[in-house]
Amino acid sequence: MTTQEAAEKQSGHENEPLVEMRGIVKRFGDTVVLDGVDLVVHRGEVVVLIGPSGAGKSTLLRCINGLERIQEGTIHVVGEELVYKEKHLNHIRSRIGMVFQAFNLFPHMKVIDNITMAQQDVLNRPRKEARARAEELLERVGLTEKAQEYPDNLSGGQQQRVAIARSLAMDPEVMLFDEPTSALDPELVGEVLQVMRTLADEGMTMIVVSHEMRFARRAAHRVMLMADKGIVEEGPPEQVLEKPNSERGKAFLHELGDD
Amino acid sequence: MSFFEYLVDTAPLFLEATRITLTLTATALAIAMILGALVAAMSMSSVAVLRWIATGFIGVIRGTPLIAQIFVLYFGISGVLLLPAFWAGSIALAVHNSAYIAEIVRSGFQSVPEGLTEASRSVGMSQLKTLRRVRAPLALRAILPVLGSQFIIAVKDSSLVAFIGMPELFRTSQNLAASTYQPLTMYLIVSLYYLAIVLVLTLLVNRLEHRLSAHRR
Repeated sequence: MTTQEAAEKQSGHENEPLVEMRGIVKRFGDTVVLDGVDLVVHRGEVVVLIGPSGAGKSTLLRCINGLERIQEGTIHVVGEELVYKEKHLNHIRSRIGMVFQAFNLFPHMKVIDNITMAQQDVLNRPRKEARARAEELLERVGLTEKAQEYPDNLSGGQQQRVAIARSLAMDPEVMLFDEPTSALDPELVGEVLQVMRTLADEGMTMIVVSHEMRFARRAAHRVMLMADKGIVEEGPPEQVLEKPNSERGKAFLHELGDD
Repeated sequence: MSFFEYLVDTAPLFLEATRITLTLTATALAIAMILGALVAAMSMSSVAVLRWIATGFIGVIRGTPLIAQIFVLYFGISGVLLLPAFWAGSIALAVHNSAYIAEIVRSGFQSVPEGLTEASRSVGMSQLKTLRRVRAPLALRAILPVLGSQFIIAVKDSSLVAFIGMPELFRTSQNLAASTYQPLTMYLIVSLYYLAIVLVLTLLVNRLEHRLSAHRR
């Protein structure tokens, strides 16, 4: 990494906060999953959440766009406080992109329609404009020739790239990735990470739950290690991934080393 | 007289009876679809009382014979309110089928993966738009084949309305069997009529299904 790139990498912190979570408590029934978590992500920042399964990484991510409801704490997204009212949630969600582990493309719609639906139904873009935007994004993820295919005819890696395009079509302020490569065959992981890296390089604000340490090292401004219902260590990737301060951090790294 | 001669001779009577059977079944299924969708919505409601009512309704209707339901409606109601045989039969068939249709619709909606609803909601689609663009179309694809077989069952079950005197297909075959002393012939002929209706219905459902499953080819 050049010094200029390094400087740019740091610059994210100077910008306005896009996602601000304070004192988040999340329970499923009697089970506490998140216990007073704070997370602030600034415009242009790429934050990677790592940690053992069951640590609450995905749950934390899903709280940001209201797919999970919190019991205590506050969430601000793009300056607006998240409240659980249908219209407000729809508005906030249209500004947050989300990519799922299982892709979740709409199987009854062609690739192109997967990408145009919400543009037309939520942003009220005219059909022509929505199609043009979809085609532009398909080109960006390298799938121009798949526009008229149904998702079931695509490989997992291709489906996930379409899912990313579907989210980007809404021109989101921030993108959430929930283990985007965990359901993929190993040889298909690279193509998805490539798209994500490009997105990060272009300055997209990203919060990524991932086990891909190479991605964290290469693209993250900040890595957060989650364990025991909260964030136990955070900092630049070289610190958290190479010389963690906390015992949990050392233990987690040790387990990864065993792979 | 040969079987073929009987077939030709009885055709005018059986064709008229076919018309009645089809009208009766179509009326019943139209009502059953509306009622069934309503009960399905209740069974998926977040309001517990509505779910209990739906569960109770489905349990009672599926737990009692259709012929008893037809008789209760026809003889039971005629004490208070004189219901013509056509309507007693239609309504009994409608209520009976609505319980099964409710279960078919509910399981169709439950077969739509939760992740697809989440994907739709997370791009800002409202609950209603998600229902219209994602959940309903996908549920329909799961529902259609099962609904088709329920329609086929309904056509054949409509023969029970013969026992409250509706001159539909089966009643007509009973009358002809008695007047011609040819029960075997008449019941074979009436079976052919039912078979023909079912074949046409199957063809229609298959075509619709084919059109809706473009994404799996």
